[in-house]
Amino acid sequence: MKEEVRLMKGNEAIAHAAIRYGCDGYFGYPITPQSEVLETLEEEMPWETTGMVVLQAESEVAAINMVYGGAASGKAVMTSSSSPGVSLKQEGISYIAASELPALIVNVSRGGPGLGTIQPSQADYFQSCKGGGHGDYHMIVLAPSTVQEMVDFVTLGFDLAFKYTNPAMILADGVVGQMMEKVVLPEQRPRRTEEEIRKQCPWATNGRKDLRPRNVVTSLELESAKMEVINERLQARYREIEKNETRWEEIDVEGADYLIVAFGSVARICTKAKELAAEKGIKVGILRPITLWPFPTAAIEKAAQGKKGVLCVELNAGQMIEDVRLAVHDSLPVEHFGRLGGIIPSPDEVLVALQEKLIK
Amino acid sequence: MKEEIIIAGFGGQGVLSMGKILAYSGLMDDKEVTWMPSYGPEQRGGTANVTVILSDEKISSPILDSFDIAVVLNQQSLDKFEPKVKKGGILIYDANGINNLPSRDDIRVVRVEATRACMEMGNSKTYNMVIMGALLEVMDYKLPMENVIKGLQKSLPERHHKLIPLNEAAIEKGRSLVK
Repeated sequence: MKEEVRLMKGNEAIAHAAIRYGCDGYFGYPITPQSEVLETLEEEMPWETTGMVVLQAESEVAAINMVYGGAASGKAVMTSSSSPGVSLKQEGISYIAASELPALIVNVSRGGPGLGTIQPSQADYFQSCKGGGHGDYHMIVLAPSTVQEMVDFVTLGFDLAFKYTNPAMILADGVVGQMMEKVVLPEQRPRRTEEEIRKQCPWATNGRKDLRPRNVVTSLELESAKMEVINERLQARYREIEKNETRWEEIDVEGADYLIVAFGSVARICTKAKELAAEKGIKVGILRPITLWPFPTAAIEKAAQGKKGVLCVELNAGQMIEDVRLAVHDSLPVEHFGRLGGIIPSPDEVLVALQEKLIK
Repeated sequence: MKEEIIIAGFGGQGVLSMGKILAYSGLMDDKEVTWMPSYGPEQRGGTANVTVILSDEKISSPILDSFDIAVVLNQQSLDKFEPKVKKGGILIYDANGINNLPSRDDIRVVRVEATRACMEMGNSKTYNMVIMGALLEVMDYKLPMENVIKGLQKSLPERHHKLIPLNEAAIEKGRSLVK
């Protein structure tokens, strides 16, 4: 398949991008608003073209453990779900991180807590960036704001996961999942051969045909001194990821009086609010974290310099704002604006919030 | 060029698919497009709406407060979206089932007898294409018909491509209904 321009939903884009990446296996369980990922894969039947496995597991827990197994053998494997389903996967994610394996997990998040609503939300920021599962671990968390980024971040997510042998997550929301936009799908990449996997993933448990030393994939180490070494190795890797992989986008930050920090679809609503603000003579800049972990702390600190205030807009009760406050060290007012339970604020609402909370 | 459009009506009237054909037509004309549906536990008889944005430039928010054009196909949608049409914008509505008429005088109100036209044409399934014809007629952005046809080809599964001439006729009918 050659490069191709299409109109499609974000969820469909994830599926097409996975096939074209040369993904080896998808394991999932349906849940709104991301069911189209599994549906599209089943329609496309990649097992007949690239040989990619697509499997509807009996539960989310089963799906993430299938990912764990596939990843241990050096395969490029993924799962997707929405908030309550991703909660069920947390144990598996912690095991995958502890076992230092690459995997891609997609969360097209919806409003919680509990089963909540099927409408869009960003209330899984804490869960995605601060653990979710147990223990000191991090996923690389990518937040797409367009359908094109849903495509691009499948490739980026897998590439980073393999580069650092660490799970990566695409944290999307119902807006990006359900919206259709123009996308450029990349050319089909072949799935890696067994020989390529042997070369690139010397840690993989994929048989000892070549009589190499035995590989063991486990997250268990009962000797604390050894477990500390493992933890230190993970932490060193996280510092390296922070150094190399922090990504963000800035829109008209220089010369602005106020800064809005927002991610995903909300950043686009805020960009429209910025345009409305400009009509009223209010100069607003936007900083959109693309990686939520590693968080663009230094970029926000720099962008906030000389501003009169920062507004953090999120579809939650104030989660990312904690990281924004840490970034700017109380050097200026930082306020939160968000809607809860699946309500999406309009650009006008964002502008009113900016005026009421920061300009007064 | 930028057209910010909301299309709203009952589920089953073809609101979402009309939006999709419009978005695909824009894509065929090399425009940036977004198609943002209301999604939820919707079914035939419930309400559905979709925001379609067509633009020369990169599109910021797919969620909007106000629209250049609102296409409303039932009373609830008319009541909800008439106030959200920008001053100088356009409201398109089908007279069928509307008891409380639009009242604003700072927008252009276009009444399209699409339900009646469909009955005359003997095919109620082309209803949304009659409406789309009216929309294409009144939009400032003149979407070339050849790209609309390409949009239909892209949106419809191949087994339905034989219906494209029928849809084209419905679009032309819709254009002719605009006074």
